[in-house]
Amino acid sequence: MQNKRTIFGNRVLPYWLLLPQLAITFIFFLWPAAQAVRQSFLREDPFGLKTSFVWFQNYERLFADPLYLNSLKVTAVFALGVAALSLVTALVLALAVERTVRTSRAYTTLLVWPYAVAPAVVGIMWWFLFNPTIGILPYVLSMVGYRWNHVVSHTDAMILVIIAASWKQISYNFLFFLAGLSAIPHSLIEAAAIDGAGPAKRFFTIVFPMLSPTTFFLLVVNIVYAMFDTFGVIHATTEGGPAQATNILVYKVFEDGFIGLNLGSSAAQSVVLMIIVIALTVIQFRWIERRVQY
Amino acid sequence: MVENRPFLNLLSHLVLIVGVVIVAFPVYVAIIASTRGPNDFMSGIIPLLPGPHTLENYREVLFAGVSTSGAPPIGPMMLNSLVMALTIAIGKIAISLLSAFAIVYFRFPFRQLAFWAIFITLMLPVEVRIVPTFKVVADLHLLDSYAGLSIPLIASATATFLFRQFFLTVPDELAEAARVDGAGPMKFFRDILLPLSRTNIAALFVILFIYGWNQYLWPLMITTKPEYYTIVMAIKRMADVADAIPRWNVVMATVVLAMLPPVLVVVLMQRLFVKGLIESEK
Amino acid sequence: MSAINIRNVRKSYGSVEVIHGVSIDIADGEFIVIVGPSGCGKSTLLRMVAGLETITSGEIEIGGRVVNRLEPRERDIAMVFQNYALYPHMTVYDNMAYGLKIAGLSKADIKTRVAKAAEMLQLTPYLDRKPRALSGGQRQRVAMGRALVRDPAAFLLDEPLSNLDAKLRVQMRLEIKQLQRSVGTTALYVTHDQVEAMTLADRLVVMHDGVAEQIDTPMAVYSRPATTYVAGFIGSPAMNMLPAESAGNRGLTLTNGAVVKPRGTRLPEAGRKVILGVRPEHLVLVAPGNADLELDVIAIETLGADTLAHGKLPGAANGDGDLVARLPGSVSVKPGDRLPLAIGPGMAHLFDAGTGARLEEVDLTVDAPTTRTRKKTAAEA
Repeated sequence: MQNKRTIFGNRVLPYWLLLPQLAITFIFFLWPAAQAVRQSFLREDPFGLKTSFVWFQNYERLFADPLYLNSLKVTAVFALGVAALSLVTALVLALAVERTVRTSRAYTTLLVWPYAVAPAVVGIMWWFLFNPTIGILPYVLSMVGYRWNHVVSHTDAMILVIIAASWKQISYNFLFFLAGLSAIPHSLIEAAAIDGAGPAKRFFTIVFPMLSPTTFFLLVVNIVYAMFDTFGVIHATTEGGPAQATNILVYKVFEDGFIGLNLGSSAAQSVVLMIIVIALTVIQFRWIERRVQY
Repeated sequence: MVENRPFLNLLSHLVLIVGVVIVAFPVYVAIIASTRGPNDFMSGIIPLLPGPHTLENYREVLFAGVSTSGAPPIGPMMLNSLVMALTIAIGKIAISLLSAFAIVYFRFPFRQLAFWAIFITLMLPVEVRIVPTFKVVADLHLLDSYAGLSIPLIASATATFLFRQFFLTVPDELAEAARVDGAGPMKFFRDILLPLSRTNIAALFVILFIYGWNQYLWPLMITTKPEYYTIVMAIKRMADVADAIPRWNVVMATVVLAMLPPVLVVVLMQRLFVKGLIESEK
Repeated sequence: MSAINIRNVRKSYGSVEVIHGVSIDIADGEFIVIVGPSGCGKSTLLRMVAGLETITSGEIEIGGRVVNRLEPRERDIAMVFQNYALYPHMTVYDNMAYGLKIAGLSKADIKTRVAKAAEMLQLTPYLDRKPRALSGGQRQRVAMGRALVRDPAAFLLDEPLSNLDAKLRVQMRLEIKQLQRSVGTTALYVTHDQVEAMTLADRLVVMHDGVAEQIDTPMAVYSRPATTYVAGFIGSPAMNMLPAESAGNRGLTLTNGAVVKPRGTRLPEAGRKVILGVRPEHLVLVAPGNADLELDVIAIETLGADTLAHGKLPGAANGDGDLVARLPGSVSVKPGDRLPLAIGPGMAHLFDAGTGARLEEVDLTVDAPTTRTRKKTAAEA
């Protein structure tokens, strides 16, 4: 950990300064997390009278539960879908903005504001656009012969939530790609141009490889976003349906624990989610450490 | 741009215009819908041109509530959202400034431990500890209260790290000069460090205001009384009703109202927003 | 105004001692410059006086008061930092007034003091500006002003001129000296620049590896350097150092076999290994018959007023007998010349080859056994 040369000598003051942060961290973060871990090894009888220690039974049940396995699969499809769609769109837009020197600020302004829209609000807007009876997009799709109905079709529902979740994330990715692009030394591009590489060749041989750290970082961030920050999208629209088709892990843990009050199972699900976040955070920080060494 | 390629430039503009349209389209439709009367959504397709009912729709959702579904008025909810967003943003900034100050400018036993405890909160989003956190809040009698809406969310590893990073770049000599000038730690913090952190505070405020305003799962869990609802969480209830009785005009008016404040913040403070977003990921 | 006494002060970081017992007595109103290469401990010493570093052992007294345990603000000192450490968000006025405000002075009092300091430093027109709107020299003055308004017992200056360009540095050097004279406040000034040190100091402290090698007036340090280190550090180009062995009254045998007998210098007993130090400016071009030593010229640097002749003793091994002579600019020499040179009378410096200490004052008979042992070791090696 980096240190300052000058420090103040007070012995008690730093603890007072840290107290609010640590108190909240402990009461609302560490303690509940510990409770979740503890609870994941316990089971209550149906009347809530007796609690017994059951080792890994909650986990065993969880991973034997087809609904949970389905949720894992749904989450993977959803997260990868969101990451792919929003990353590709954002990269194309960022490359285009790079070329338009004079108007780039205006375009940037017009592209970044969706970041500010709440996931639940985004969900409702797309839900409305895709409304099977009066929605504009199903109407357009019907003209090419596709009958859109996300209330019935699993695929349609998944596509809907992926589009909604991606729409919001494009602005974030766009800004980071733009920052990454402007960090590529211009002399490098010019050298390649003098060597005779056209725009497409330059992109694939120079720009994209130079962007790969940014891309990797964004990939992780997008997966985290899709897994943990999209609760609102799902809850405001499909509510995990139809027939579990969009029941991602965070929605399921909410449903099972908060609505269904299945404490053991939801605690085990929480712990699994914790492990996933920890793994993703570690990957992300490894990457940042490596970047710092450049 | 290295060489002049008119075709590529044209293509870039085309791509961007399509991008801007895609990004704007859902919002455009929402705004249009919020200007129409209730009968425009019974059949056919969503209208794409504005109607004459703007004022009455917004007046209805803001002040009267949607009479047909018994939904409460949105005005007070926006106020709740504002209170929550401001408390979270200011609270996070305040406690993170203090903890970063402690970690950077003091040496004390368990400093490393404190640092890691704060770091761990990064890995524990609400979603992974729903039930036990709810129980803690309930035990503390914080359900249905502004304190419950905001305090549990104001621990912030991101903000602490951002300020720590910034403090580390503040020259040591400034603190020494202040010490020679006779300033104790808190005086140095208030007179020197805080004014120097202004830009960082502002940038972070933009990000955190959006974060606070857009909270969804948290208010959903800990509020049961309508007087503590926030606008973002209330939309879902209105939309559920609207599915049965299609009152999309008022739902979309609510949608527009729900996104207006954070979007305005981003557009008006774009430079700070971009700075905050990019810096807080370092 | 007050005296500062530094008594056997040591500083350790963990098990590493970086200052090995330094003692300096500074009289009231004196301008002391601590000079030395980076890493010699000079800044650390200054910061210990300021109270920004703890004192591992020893004692520091300011105005007759032991300050070891006092906070910087209680020591009645003011400090000027290398990067000035101006508060970037405050105006020039506020920068100067900040310490006074904390000290609880009245508004009117602060105003008079700042106005007076600003007047002295010609900063009056800039009082409402922020530091970033000032030039380097002006910022330096604000830093000085901040120290001045406090009217402290002592000014502590840590390389205050090293961020300025050469021309400005010369100008500010003069200004600082005048300023200190006129206010009469004790000053402790740290620099790595020997010219700055020589021109500013009433007395000089030459530090090296955490030790004060010599404490004396600039002229004394120049003319009677206490150690080979001081001899090499002060003066430009650096003093020539020739390893030699005493041949008793015959003179000193150099590594190339030549024997030199510097005039007006007491020679040590025969067999003793010494370093013969001669400043380039004390080598005089003479007729071949009168030469003390010879210089084979390798390169010439023409400075206008002077010409520097770089070369070595004839027949000396590489790097062992390098020699520089500062000749009048009118003399014409070229590489390949062999110059007959004489050492100005009394201008030779002799140092012990082992310890590097100046020999003049040493009682040679008492020191002899040690030397013999050392000689043996050298022979074995």
